[in-house]
Amino acid sequence: MTQLIPQTGNIPRPFASIVSQPYWDACARGELMFQRCAACNGITHTPAVMCAHCSARDLAWERAAGTGAVYSWTTVWRPQTPDFTVPYTAVVIDMDEGWQMLSNLIGCEHDAATIGMRVAVEFHPITDGVMLPYFRPVA
Amino acid sequence: MPSAFWGKFLEPHRLRRETGGSMAKHPFHDVAIVGVHNTQQARMLEGHDSRSITLEAGLGAVADAGLTPLDIDGVVGVHGADFIYQARIGPVWRSMSQLGIPALLEASAAIATGLASVVLVSAGSAGIYTERTSTAPWTRPTNEFVVSYGMFTAAEFALIARRHMHMHGTKPEALAHVAATIRNNGHVNPEAVYFGRGPFTAQDVLDSRMVADPYHLLDCAMTAEGGCALVLARADIAKDLAKDPVYVLGGNTDHYGPSYQHPPAFELGGRRDPKFINGYAGRRASQMAFAMAGCAPTDVDVCEFYDPFSFEIIRQFEAFGFCGEGEGGDFVMDGTIEIDGRFPITTDGGLMSFSHGGATVQLLQRVIRATQQVRGECATQQVPDVEIALASGGGAGALFNDVMLLGASQA
Ligand SMILES: [Zn+2]
Repeated sequence: MTQLIPQTGNIPRPFASIVSQPYWDACARGELMFQRCAACNGITHTPAVMCAHCSARDLAWERAAGTGAVYSWTTVWRPQTPDFTVPYTAVVIDMDEGWQMLSNLIGCEHDAATIGMRVAVEFHPITDGVMLPYFRPVA
Repeated sequence: MPSAFWGKFLEPHRLRRETGGSMAKHPFHDVAIVGVHNTQQARMLEGHDSRSITLEAGLGAVADAGLTPLDIDGVVGVHGADFIYQARIGPVWRSMSQLGIPALLEASAAIATGLASVVLVSAGSAGIYTERTSTAPWTRPTNEFVVSYGMFTAAEFALIARRHMHMHGTKPEALAHVAATIRNNGHVNPEAVYFGRGPFTAQDVLDSRMVADPYHLLDCAMTAEGGCALVLARADIAKDLAKDPVYVLGGNTDHYGPSYQHPPAFELGGRRDPKFINGYAGRRASQMAFAMAGCAPTDVDVCEFYDPFSFEIIRQFEAFGFCGEGEGGDFVMDGTIEIDGRFPITTDGGLMSFSHGGATVQLLQRVIRATQQVRGECATQQVPDVEIALASGGGAGALFNDVMLLGASQA
């Protein structure tokens, strides 16, 4: 059994685009953000120029509750690069506001993930001090 | 003086009348595959780089058709410009397209619309994957929303498979049976990179080390190097060449966005027609392809499905309408997919055992094998009397799936 923890090696870090910069700036503050459409109220992620639901360009950043449920998961044993410590568990999360994001699961055993498992976001520094959103099981 | 061959190019409309014209219901039906070639495939190809192996592949396909480079008036593929220049065949039509079945359909469209008459489509890769402690470079784009989570193709596709297993109870044994079947096709194929590595049982697959749960090592495609190419020609030209023409009956492509940047969700759909979800990528394309061809899944004799990961075969049987949603796991366990079954799959060993030559090579190789099956020239695992073959490329973990139907007879 292996307890899943944030990566501590020199893993590849994300580089923001013009569009996604506010998302990563929020992560640095410990906040998870998504874009909401002023025209249709729909939520868009990953960060985009237009609304995924109506193509309108009136997207405003909004802070997420940071809670959701596991939609799918895979525990990885062959690392993407040797800088990653295995095993690690990649998850797609159904966020409570009604959007999905990809992340890694921490704070449980490597075989503990289940679809529907309740999780909450927390931020941990990786390469260059970039704050990366991870998810931990919650009751 | 133009050769007799070139005369056909110079007077296409007269020739069409002489041969009675075409009864084609779709413009693609005026197009046939006339030449195919795989270069040597290997884990590492000594003495080659991507350009050299691609050019070698192109020459091989031209020779297979009984043609010379001078007969080519259209070129598609990543090193296509090099072929044009080195063979000094310019000016010719060229497309920048480089991705598998979409490139072949673009070549078919170019022929059908008269932009070109004989088109070379080639791909090749060597010397790209050198840093072996990481996964292959084409499996792990450096996108900001995936890279720091350790994502690469196996993990992306695992998230899709897991979802299907959750919804439908699809079992790891079914995935393993698919992988063993494909690997055994490669085991007996002397041209396969993993020739002689088997035979494999489903239990061997389940016993191999885990890569990205539920995918064990033997559920996954390999990495290799190699080149391949196809020559397509207008049907009236195709009739007189070295090999029997293999006709384009239909095809289309389903794409949902860039691969490996966004959460790979089974239920990801679009606003244009929400019933076509990413988990069944290829459904719309296959329905359009079957409509073009005037046939149905029950008419298919061999399924040259793209096999990046074992579950993708199950998914494609459901997406293409060979069985219902959620039934694919049982469908593949009934003796259906073996070489003497109703729908033999991936008969050269596919991406798991024949070759996976980089970012784009293997995306053409399902169509090459389908062509060889329709010709009846496979040295191993030839399915008897193939009239119609279905080839595919891509998968739901990559947010796309492309299909192409080939036939021994013109539609
Ligand atoms: Zn909107």
